[in-house]
Amino acid sequence: MVQKIVDSLNQLERTVLPIIKNNTAFEELLEKSHLQEVELQRALQWLENKKLISGALQTNELLELDENGKKYRKGGLPEKKFLQTIKNDSLTYDQLIKKSKLEKQEISACIGLLKQKAAIQVTKEKEPLFTITTAGKALLLKNSLEEELLQEHYPLNVKDLKPEQQFAYENLIKRKNMLKTIIQKKRSYTLTSLGKKATQTKLSSKNIINSLTSKELKSGSWKNKKFRRYDVTINVPAIHGGKRHFVNQATEYIKKIWIEMGFVEMTGDLVQSAFWNLDTLFVPQDHPARAMQDSFYIKNPKKAKLPEWHKKIKEVHENGADTGSSGWGTPWSSEIASENMLRTHTTVLSSQFLRKIHDGEYTMPAKFFSVNKVFRNEALDWKHLFEFNQVEGIVVDPNGNLEQLKGYLAEFFGKMGFKKIRMKPAHFPYTEPSVEVEGYNEIKKEWVELTGAGIFRPEMTKPLLGVEVPVLAWGIGMERVIMEYFNIVDIRDLYYNDLKQLREMKIFNK
Amino acid sequence: MPTITLNRKVFEKLVGSKLSEEKLVDRITYLGASVEEITADEIKLEIEPNRPDWLSEQGFARAFSSFIGKKTGLKNYKIIPSGQKLTLERSLQGIREHTACAIVKGLTFDGEKIRELIQIQEKLHVSFGRNRKRVAIGIYPLEHITMPITFKALEPKKIKFQPLEHSRELDANQILAQHPAGREYAHLLEGLKKYPLFVDAKNKVLSMPPIINSHDTGKISTSTKEVFIECSGHHFESLSQALNILVTTMAEMGGQVYSMTLYYPGGKKVTTPNLKPTEQKVDINYINKLLGLQLTEAQTKKLLERMGFGYNNKKAQVPAYRADVLHMVDLAEDIAIAYGYENFDEIIPNVATLAQEDGFEVFKKRVANLLAGLGFIETNTFCITSKHKQTKKTNTKLELVELANSFSADYDVLRAWMLPSLLDVLEHNKSRELPHKIFETNYCFKKNTKTETGVEEFQRLAVLISDHNADYTKIRQVLDYLLNALSLKAEMIEAEHPTFIPGRVARASVNNKKIAYIGEVNPQTLNNYELDSPVAALELNMTELYQILQKAL
Repeated sequence: MVQKIVDSLNQLERTVLPIIKNNTAFEELLEKSHLQEVELQRALQWLENKKLISGALQTNELLELDENGKKYRKGGLPEKKFLQTIKNDSLTYDQLIKKSKLEKQEISACIGLLKQKAAIQVTKEKEPLFTITTAGKALLLKNSLEEELLQEHYPLNVKDLKPEQQFAYENLIKRKNMLKTIIQKKRSYTLTSLGKKATQTKLSSKNIINSLTSKELKSGSWKNKKFRRYDVTINVPAIHGGKRHFVNQATEYIKKIWIEMGFVEMTGDLVQSAFWNLDTLFVPQDHPARAMQDSFYIKNPKKAKLPEWHKKIKEVHENGADTGSSGWGTPWSSEIASENMLRTHTTVLSSQFLRKIHDGEYTMPAKFFSVNKVFRNEALDWKHLFEFNQVEGIVVDPNGNLEQLKGYLAEFFGKMGFKKIRMKPAHFPYTEPSVEVEGYNEIKKEWVELTGAGIFRPEMTKPLLGVEVPVLAWGIGMERVIMEYFNIVDIRDLYYNDLKQLREMKIFNK
Repeated sequence: MPTITLNRKVFEKLVGSKLSEEKLVDRITYLGASVEEITADEIKLEIEPNRPDWLSEQGFARAFSSFIGKKTGLKNYKIIPSGQKLTLERSLQGIREHTACAIVKGLTFDGEKIRELIQIQEKLHVSFGRNRKRVAIGIYPLEHITMPITFKALEPKKIKFQPLEHSRELDANQILAQHPAGREYAHLLEGLKKYPLFVDAKNKVLSMPPIINSHDTGKISTSTKEVFIECSGHHFESLSQALNILVTTMAEMGGQVYSMTLYYPGGKKVTTPNLKPTEQKVDINYINKLLGLQLTEAQTKKLLERMGFGYNNKKAQVPAYRADVLHMVDLAEDIAIAYGYENFDEIIPNVATLAQEDGFEVFKKRVANLLAGLGFIETNTFCITSKHKQTKKTNTKLELVELANSFSADYDVLRAWMLPSLLDVLEHNKSRELPHKIFETNYCFKKNTKTETGVEEFQRLAVLISDHNADYTKIRQVLDYLLNALSLKAEMIEAEHPTFIPGRVARASVNNKKIAYIGEVNPQTLNNYELDSPVAALELNMTELYQILQKAL
């Protein structure tokens, strides 16, 4: 036990420990150790932490001579002068002042004091006359206790005063500017019993390796030496390394879940025509979602070219074409469709990948996903971002159905930490049936909204694919799903890019 | 999404049973509305925009009582011909071509009923009516009107009447400029030479749709027993649907619905309202396949009836107040709702598909991991930024892709390059301990007439070091390390760039493609960002670098 501790002592500690005895003062240690004050302080702190020494704080009350004290130490106390002056003759007040050279104040103080000791007698005819008494004469023969105290070596420790000095101190401290006390704090250190045992071992640092040098390594001299033991339980200063952004970490995890389920990643443009973003999704052209206040439109370049087959979309909107639908029954405008906008959902990518199946780039059954940026024309606040991420997924399978939709989402959200999900009716313009999916939050014991989902309407799938196939689809707001994990309440904190936050942020560890 | 407030007592009376609050919320939710708030007197609901027929106590109670099995099946509403006429004049062409009208009699209005009527009219206006653009609704006490009615368009100066809740007569232009409703909806008549107008046989103005009713003829009171209703707009089907929702609601209030005959210019005659159910084909196999169920015909019939449909011989009768049934899938959803969304299983089918991550995304991730390994922190900034930040603040001139309707000048363009976004990050982190070593790969935009949208998108990487001793060497080491890891080598070319210090900026060229700028950031730029330490930075076109790598493979 002791040896283990001794092994962990560094050079400083080894220097200080042997010179500590009983109540050794810090100043003494400073003198004897030849260390810098800071070094000594740290060494003592470490030794105390190891319970080898114990430190004590002593508070001393020290006496110093004050202004008058210093004066009277040289010239004697005024009462003595007073008595000396009237030793032979009785004197009047004026005569006394003249002869004694005492201040008026001093004289009045002396009168009181000497009367008390019966050392003078005051008679009064025309004016007061001061006469020394026998007791007064006796006083002149020897030094008073107060005078003796004034002659001591200062500073004096109040604790160390002898009883007669104590008496004199109590008298003098009452008098003006005679003595002053100073509170002095002194640290001293004492070996503990463990420390005593430690000093009995070899404390020389000769054969101790503090930091291993390449010289020691090469020569093999380390073999005869001991490594200083570390306190491996101690706290160390924090460091910060390079790191991926925590939202991107979550994005990668989410991507991995879909990859594991056999999904192909979709990517595509952020600037899209309303045609791709809305019209291919069978969103009617007078739908409120098209309004300026909901989406960002592009000022320049304002319009996009439409693909040649856009007439199919026109027909579906106007009369349902060959989809079995009645369509919206209102005229469809290619002008409105060609407006450029920032995509409001990654469902636009689903539309484009359905078309890629039509064009032979992919074959059915097919599963696609994307985790990427979408935009809504909203001012920033704690609940809203104008730029955020959507987790999009579609399953293009002739045998796909609503139960499978729930199955895929249960699998995904299970991996996101929601063991239970449920479906509720909902409405989206391009899915039928439409579903709102909620997950059970085990900690809060409540159902929380997770995503909208559904099966794409034939009015969307048939013109894009050329055939009617159920397409299971979902579009999950990613930020909401991950905010809870990172303990973030204000959505803006996800993209605030505060380096302190980024440095200290936990990793996405699902 | 529209919200409506239902009088709970009225609702419960209409439903014909009183459910516990828990059960009530549960059933409303699984029918497809969300309960916002429920008290002893009121139920506040959020209604999906596809169900305008639910925007009243009567409409929602009709669906609800059927859903819980109280009064299922198709509901028939009787229409009595009123023999009254409405003539549409040719002047309406290009102005507001259509209307659908009805008369409802036998109503008793109290304060509550008037509130209900105003609520459905307003909610229909906002949602289904697209703020009166698609459908504008007028309801008038019949006693003030002399039949027949004419719907026509007149020049604004010729239109004069006292608008609702106004003290005196105004002409149409004054109404648009002075009346609150006029100001709110004036944009709907913008650019028109004539404005639409309903007048009665005595040439008394009923209303100027879609703006305002006349004060004389357009106000319902507690003494009103009979009303004339018109819906006007450009698309007859929508007007007919809105009218059907209104008259069936009023029939549920106890009114009798009377039809009117519309005379179009050219002799076409139409009678409204038409409450005859439409038919929608029911293919049980199709529905079972879509939902993953094995319903029999009898079960399907029952489920359809729970949603207020009729069923007969593989056809569903769709009630005339339903505006959302375009296709068989719409029936499928209602069948699923009647079956209970809570009753569906979770299945993952055994279908093999090959997963594939996007190649560029994988590349981007690898580069990010390399940079993180060098001690850099990845940031995540927005694509939407300000023109000022993209150009002036970095002393550059760029042609940017601009937004048409940004909510703020701080976010009015799509960025063309990453460096300003990351300098922005440094600016926000001035109080944070140095060094600041950050990077990000993200979307950038420029105009390109060759693409479909006229915009070209690519991703750029920026790497920044801000430290007391940040310099060209330190950032160059990062570039060399990166390219070396990708088995590439850059040729460095002396360059000029206004954001960097002259003589301390280079272009990096890989396989004869200039892919990056690298150097020490100009102190003027640092001043603009109020930065106190030197910054060394590189900006690299990742899309291009990826293409170079693809070619090399």
